[in-house]
Amino acid sequence: MRKKSDQRPGYFGPYGGRFVPETLMAPLDELARSYDRVTRRRKFQRRLKNLLTNYAGRPTPLYFAERLSSTLGGVRIFLKREDLLHTGAHKINNAIGQALLAREMGKDRIIAETGAGQHGVATATAAALLGQTCTVYMGEEDMRRQRLNVERMRLLGAEVVRVDAGSRTLKDAINEALRDWVTNVRTTHYVLGSVLGPDPYPRMVRDFHKVIGQETRRQLRKQVGQDWPHLAVACVGGGSNSIGLFSAFLEESRTRLIGVEAGGSGQELGEHAARFRGGRTGVLHGTKTMVLQDRHGQIAATHSISAGLDYPAIGPEHALLHDEGRVEYTAVSDAEAIEAFHLLAATEGILPALESAHAIAEAVKHARHLSSKKVVVINLSGRGDKDVESVLDYDAEKSESERQEAGADRHPAETWKHVVWGGDR
Amino acid sequence: MSTIGAAFLRCREEKRAAFIPYLTGGDPDLETSAVLLEALAEGGADLIEVGVPFSDPIADGPVNQRAAVRALEAGTTLPGILEMIARVRTRIEAPIVLFTYFNPLLAHGLQTVVEQAAISGVDGVLCVDLPPDEEDGGFREFCAAAGVDSIYLLSPTSTPERVKIVAKASSGFVYYVSRTGVTGVQKDLTSELQREVKKIRRKLDLPLAVGFGISSPEQVAAVGKVADGVVVGSALVRLVEENRGRDDLPELLAEEVERLAAPLYRSRRRRKGPDAG
Repeated sequence: MRKKSDQRPGYFGPYGGRFVPETLMAPLDELARSYDRVTRRRKFQRRLKNLLTNYAGRPTPLYFAERLSSTLGGVRIFLKREDLLHTGAHKINNAIGQALLAREMGKDRIIAETGAGQHGVATATAAALLGQTCTVYMGEEDMRRQRLNVERMRLLGAEVVRVDAGSRTLKDAINEALRDWVTNVRTTHYVLGSVLGPDPYPRMVRDFHKVIGQETRRQLRKQVGQDWPHLAVACVGGGSNSIGLFSAFLEESRTRLIGVEAGGSGQELGEHAARFRGGRTGVLHGTKTMVLQDRHGQIAATHSISAGLDYPAIGPEHALLHDEGRVEYTAVSDAEAIEAFHLLAATEGILPALESAHAIAEAVKHARHLSSKKVVVINLSGRGDKDVESVLDYDAEKSESERQEAGADRHPAETWKHVVWGGDR
Repeated sequence: MSTIGAAFLRCREEKRAAFIPYLTGGDPDLETSAVLLEALAEGGADLIEVGVPFSDPIADGPVNQRAAVRALEAGTTLPGILEMIARVRTRIEAPIVLFTYFNPLLAHGLQTVVEQAAISGVDGVLCVDLPPDEEDGGFREFCAAAGVDSIYLLSPTSTPERVKIVAKASSGFVYYVSRTGVTGVQKDLTSELQREVKKIRRKLDLPLAVGFGISSPEQVAAVGKVADGVVVGSALVRLVEENRGRDDLPELLAEEVERLAAPLYRSRRRRKGPDAG
C-alpha cells in the first residue's frame, strides 16, 4: 500500500504534478488552497450535499440487474445507476462541486472542455443554476457525433466554442480551454472534467466523485450483507467515474478492480485509446502520466467510438494504481462496446452511454467464469441517449459490410447474442 | 560567463536591450528553417530562439500553432532541429535558445537530449511547461553539466515567492511573459507592463527578457526601455507563413528583423545624448 506521507503534494508516486506555463502556477496554488480550505467548511459540504440530493438526484440506485445476471450465468451483477442523475451522467457531481467552489473564490465565469458532451452539459447546468457565465470548448469531430449535447448546452445558456485544431476531439478542446484559462485566469475558473490536468485537479475531481463508491458500499451492505463486491468494473477515459467508484475499495483486498480503456478499432497507434497498451510516461495537459505518443514525443491521435474515452492520456492516479498492481486495466473494442450496449438494452431496458458500455462488455467477459455467489458492480456512468445516432450508424455500416461479405441479412441487434452466449448455450 | 550572458553584457555595454527573434524550427521545413535562422542573424539578432514544434502547444496562440503544424507535417523532429542547428552554428554568432515543451525532451531522454543540444551548439533551453519547482527528472542538472543555460519564465501572475524560485533556478536570463495569455500579436502594451518589468528586474541578478505579444517597432522601443531583451515571435512567424515559397523570404525576414530592432539602437543614441558615438 502507498504511504501517503511519503508523497510530494500533487504527485501520485512519480506521476501528477503541475507541468504548466508559469502564468498558471500561482492560480493553481490559489485553487489548491481554496479547495482545501473551502471544502473543509461544513457550510460548503451542506450546500453541496443539498444540491446533490435535491437537485442532481443522489443517492443513485444500486440496481440488481437480474436478467443480465441470469443471461450471463447467474453471477450477481449490480449497476451503479449514475445514468439516472440529472443531466444523465456522473459528471454533475464534479461540475456542481467546482461551480460552487468557483463562486466561493469569487469567479463568476466558468469554462470547461467536453468530449462526449456530458461534462459540458453538466457544467452548463451548474453555471445556469448558480448564475455564472459559461463557455465550453468542444472538438469539431465530437460536436458532430454528440450533436444533441451541443444543443443542450446552448439551451442552458452556455457558449459552445468549436475547436478545429489537431484531432478535433477532447485533447484539442482541453488545449483551447487551457489557453482561455491562461488568458483570463483572474476572472475565470476552469472546471476540468476528469481526474486529469495539473494538481489539484486530479485529487479534487476524484474527491467530488468519491460519493459514488461511498454510496455503493452502503448499498451493498444493505442489499447483499457485505459492503464490498468481488469485482468492480468501470470505464476509464481520463478516469473520473472509475476513481469515484474504486476509491472506496482500494484498501479492500478482496475486491478486484478493473478499469476499461477504449480498445477502438485496432491495435495500431491511432486506432485506440488504450494508454496501458502502447503508452509511455510523458507530460500532457499539465500532468505526468501514461501518454500515447510517437517516439519523438508528439501526442498520438486516438480513436474510440465513444467520445468520452477518446483521449491519449490517463489520470495520473490511475498510472500509479496500475504500477502498484492494485487496479487492472484492460481494453474493450468498439465492436464489443456496441454489443454490450445492445445486450443491456435487451436484457434490462437500459440504453447505456457508449463509455459505460465498455465496462459492461468487460464484466460480461468475467461473468461466465465467476460463481453465482459472486457480486459484481458495474459503474453505469451515463445514459446512452446521446449515442443513439452513433450506434445506429455503426450498426448500419456493420450490417452493410456483412451483407456484402456473406449476403446475409441479420438485424444488427441480433449479433450480440452470438458473441455473448457463444456456442455453448 | 555563458555565451548568453556575454551577449547580454555586450548589449548592456552598448546601452541597449538585446533583440531576440523567435522562429519555429522546421517551419516550413528544416532546410528553409536553416536559411531563415541565418537571416535572423544577418538582420541583427542578438540571441535567437528556436521553437521545437509540439502537437499540443497549450502556451501558443494560433500563429505559432499553425507553424508547429506545418513543421510537424514536414516531418520535423527534435533531433532534426538539433542537426539543423549544428549545421548553421558556425555561420551564426548569436547564442541559440531552444524553446520547447517538456514532452519531446522526455521522449528522447533528458540527459541525451541536453547533451546533444550542447554538442549541436544550443546555448540555452527554455521549457515552457516545466516550472523550476516541479519534478524535472534532473533536467536542470543535466543542463548545468552540459554548459547549457536553463531559462525559466515569470509572468504577471507570479507571486514574490515564485519570483524568488525562478530567480534562483535560472541561468543565462529570465523570460518575462508580458501578459497573461498565449503567444501572439497584440496591439496594446500597457504602461503597467513597464512598471512590472522594472519591479521584477530589481529582484534579479540575471538579465530579463520580455516576450509574448510584441510585434511592432513601437512596442519594441517601449519594452526596450525597461527590459534587457525584447523577444519578437509571432510577428516573424506570420511573415514566414505569408511569404513561404517566395525566393526572397530570407531577405524579407532579415529586413523585418532590422526594422523591428532599429528602435533599440536609436534609443541608445538618445540615451547617450547627441555628442555620443
